[in-house]
Amino acid sequence: MDRVILEKTDERGSSLWQDAWVKLRKNRLALWGLAVLVILCVVSLLTPWIAPYGYEEQDLILGATPPSAEHWLGTDIFGRDMLTRIMYGGRVSLTVGFIATGVALIIGVLWGAIAGFAGGRVDAVMMRIVDILYALPFMIFIVLLMVVFGRNIFLLFFAIGAVEWLTMARIVRGQVMALRKQEFVEAAYSLGLSQWIIIRRHIIPNTLGPVIVYTTLTIPSVMLLEAFLSFLGLGIQPPQSSWGLLISYGVETMEEFPWLLIFPGLTLSLTLFALNFLGDGLRDALDPRTSKD
Amino acid sequence: MALLEVNGLKVYFHTRDGLVKAVDDVSFSVDSGETLAIVGESGSGKSVTCYSLLDLLPKPPARIEGGTAMFDGVDLLSCDANSMRHFRGNDIAMIFQDPMTSLNPFLTVGEQLIEPLIYHPDKTRIQTRSNARLRAIELLDEVGIIEPEKRFDCYPHEFSGGMRQRVMIAMALINEPRLLICDEPTTALDVTIQAQILKLIKQLQQKRNVAVIFISHDLGVVAGIADKVMVMCNGTVREAADTESVFYRTENDYTKKLLAAIPEGPKVMETRAQAGAPLVEVTNLKTYFKDYSKGVAGTQKRFIKAVDGVSLHIQRGEILGLVGESGSGKSTLGRSILQLAPITEGTVSFAGTQISGMSPNQLVPWRRKMQMIFQDPYASLNPRMTVYETLAEPLLYHGIATRKTIDEQVQHLMDDVGLARANMRKYPHEFSGGQRQRIAIGRAIATKPELIIADEPVSALDVTIQAQILDLILNLVERHNLTMMFISHDLSVVRYISDRVMVMNKGVIIETGDTESLWADPQEKYTRELLKAIPLADPKLERERVLSRSL
Repeated sequence: MDRVILEKTDERGSSLWQDAWVKLRKNRLALWGLAVLVILCVVSLLTPWIAPYGYEEQDLILGATPPSAEHWLGTDIFGRDMLTRIMYGGRVSLTVGFIATGVALIIGVLWGAIAGFAGGRVDAVMMRIVDILYALPFMIFIVLLMVVFGRNIFLLFFAIGAVEWLTMARIVRGQVMALRKQEFVEAAYSLGLSQWIIIRRHIIPNTLGPVIVYTTLTIPSVMLLEAFLSFLGLGIQPPQSSWGLLISYGVETMEEFPWLLIFPGLTLSLTLFALNFLGDGLRDALDPRTSKD
Repeated sequence: MALLEVNGLKVYFHTRDGLVKAVDDVSFSVDSGETLAIVGESGSGKSVTCYSLLDLLPKPPARIEGGTAMFDGVDLLSCDANSMRHFRGNDIAMIFQDPMTSLNPFLTVGEQLIEPLIYHPDKTRIQTRSNARLRAIELLDEVGIIEPEKRFDCYPHEFSGGMRQRVMIAMALINEPRLLICDEPTTALDVTIQAQILKLIKQLQQKRNVAVIFISHDLGVVAGIADKVMVMCNGTVREAADTESVFYRTENDYTKKLLAAIPEGPKVMETRAQAGAPLVEVTNLKTYFKDYSKGVAGTQKRFIKAVDGVSLHIQRGEILGLVGESGSGKSTLGRSILQLAPITEGTVSFAGTQISGMSPNQLVPWRRKMQMIFQDPYASLNPRMTVYETLAEPLLYHGIATRKTIDEQVQHLMDDVGLARANMRKYPHEFSGGQRQRIAIGRAIATKPELIIADEPVSALDVTIQAQILDLILNLVERHNLTMMFISHDLSVVRYISDRVMVMNKGVIIETGDTESLWADPQEKYTRELLKAIPLADPKLERERVLSRSL
C-alpha cells in the first residue's frame, strides 16, 4: 500500500524531471545533441527502406572509388556503397551502444547503490565480486563465452555490459557512501521510510550528475569495444557491418582510400559530440542548484 | 595617524544575478594595541571588508570599486601583487574560522609553522631551519601548547580543535605582524575553549602591542576584548563607536536588535512538564562505537564510549535541554533514543513501550511519533526535492494525508512554520538558512509526533534568525503539545528554551536540574566551569572575566 501511495507522489512530485525538461529546452547545445541523436536513430530504424543500395551489394569491377554522384560517400574495395554501409552499421552500433550501456547503467547503479547504502559486510562482499570481475582478463572472458555459447549478438550485449557496469558500480558506491552520511538521509530514515524508498527517492537522484557524465562517456567506448569484439570474431561478421568495424577496416587502407576511414569516423565523432552535449545539458538540468533561466 | 585607515571602501560583486554591493562605503581605523571588532550577521560584508585588505577575494566576481586602505603610509588596495605578498603573513596576519581545515593535513605542524620563516619573499630575512625551529617552539610555548618540542613534529589530526587554533595563532604571529585579523576565530570551538582562545588573543595583543581586527557574528564574544565596535549590515556600517557606548548607550535600531537577540537572563515561567508517567524513559544506556584506529600493538578492538551509562526520563510536555561540549556524546545520546544509532546496552522506553531492540519493521509505526531536527539545515534537506515533496513525503508515507487532501495539508504545514505558500515549488538552495530550518522543522512535525529531539537546531544560524527559530519552536511545542529534547553546546540558548537541563561530558550525565536552579547553584565543578565560560554581552564585567579565566 505504501508503494501505491508513493507511486502517486511521483506523479505529482515529478517536478525534478519537469523542471529538468524546462531547463533542457533552454540549452541550445543540448537540444542540438538530442536532435542529432534522434535523427541518427530514425535513419537507422528506416535504413532497410531508405538506404540507396543493399548492404551486401558488391561491384567488384568498380572497386574503391572516392565520393561521387552515384555513391555520395564513395565505395569500398568491394565496390560497396559507403553511405549504405554506414547506415546499416549505425543499426548495430547504436543498438549495442544504448542497450549495453543501459544494461551497465541499471546493474551498476543498483549494485553500487545497494553496496554503498548497506555498508559493512554486504558492501565488502559485493565490492570484492566487482574486484574479481575486474581482475578477470577480458580476452579470456570473451573466449570462454564464445566457447560456451557460440556467437550471437545478445552475447555481445552481455559481454560488454558485464565489463562496463563495474566502473559504474564503483562510481555510484562512492557517491552513495558520501550521501549516506548526509543528514537528509538520516532524516528520511527517522521518518520511518523503507530502505528501498530511501535509495530510490533520496539516494539515486543525488548521484545523477556523475552517472550521466559517465554514461555519455560509456556509449562511444562501448561502440569501439564492439568493433574490437567483432574483429575477434565475436559480435557481428562481414558483410554485416558496424561503425567500429568500418573504422578498423578504414584504418588498414587509410593511405590509399582515406574516405573509408573519414566518413565512419566523422559519424562516430558526431554521435560522440551529440552525446556529450546532451549529457552536459542533462546534468545541469537535473541539478536544481543551477538557475532556471 | 592610525596604523590602518580605511576610507570609503567599496567592494561589489558582479554576479550573473546582478550587482551585489557587499561592502558599500565603509571607513574605519585601527591603531597599534587597539582591538576593533567588526560585528554583523552572515552576508553583512564583515569578512569581505577584511579579505579585500589582503587581496584575498576572488576577482572576478569581486571588484574593489573605490576607497583607500592606508597601512603605514601604503595603500593596500592599489599595491601590486608582489608588494601585497610582502604584507601578507608578514606585517598583516590572519586567523581563520575553522582550525580543522586551515592546516595542511599532510605536513607536520612544525613544518607549517616555520614555512614563513624559511621561504620568505624578503631574502634578507630568511632564517636557517634550526633557528626557525627554535623560534617556532618558543611561539608554541607562548600560545600555551604543552611540550612544544614534542608537538612540533606532530600532524594536525593529532591536535584538538582548540589546540589547532592555538597553532594557527602561533603561525599568524611568527613574523611579528603589526596587524592581526581574526575572522570568527572561536566560532567553531566549544565555549570553554573559546574563553581560552579569547584570553590568549587578548594577552598576546597586550604583550606585543599589535592591532587586532576581530570579526564576529556574536556581540557577546567581543564585549570583553574589543576597544571599538563596528556593526555592519548589508555592506554598510550601522554603528561605529567605542565598546561601552555600543553596549550600554546605543541609539541604533539594528544594534538594539542584535543585543536583544542574545538569549540571556533568567526567564520566569511555569514548567511545561506534565505530571504522570514519563514519555521517554532511558535506563543505563550505552552506545559504543568500534575504534578501528591502530593501537601501539597492532589493530586492537577498542571502543569509543560515546554514551556510557545514561539514565534519564522526559515528562510529557517538557523541554529537556542537553548541553555538552563537542565529543561529549550528546548527539549520539539523542540518536540512540530515536534508535538511529545502535545501542550497545540499556533500554529506551517510549510511552510505556520498550522500543530498544525492536526490528526496523517493528519500529516503523513508532518512528512517526518521534522525530528529529538536525543541526545543519543545508545538509538535512534533499537538494533535489522541492519543499512540497519534502513535506508531502512523510504525510503520504504514513497515510496521514490522502491524494486529495495533500495540497491543503502541506500548505497548513507551511503556515505552521511560517513559510509563504508561494514557496512550495522551490528547492532548498533557494532559501536562506533560517527558512531551511523552518522546512526541516515542518518535516519533523508533519507526522504529528509526540517527541522531537532537536540536535543543535539553531547553531548554524545568525543570532537574529536564531531568536526567531527558537520562538517558533516554543510556539509549536505549546500548540502541538510536543515533548522535546533540545541538544546544544550553547548554554544561553538552552537556558532560554528549557524547563530542565542535563549537563553531559565524556558520555555521562554530570548534573541534572531545573534550568534556573542549575544556573543559580551548579553543584558540579564541570558545570560551574561551563557556566563561567559563557561570554556576557557586558563589556565591564566581561573584560575582567576574560583575563581572569584560567587557561
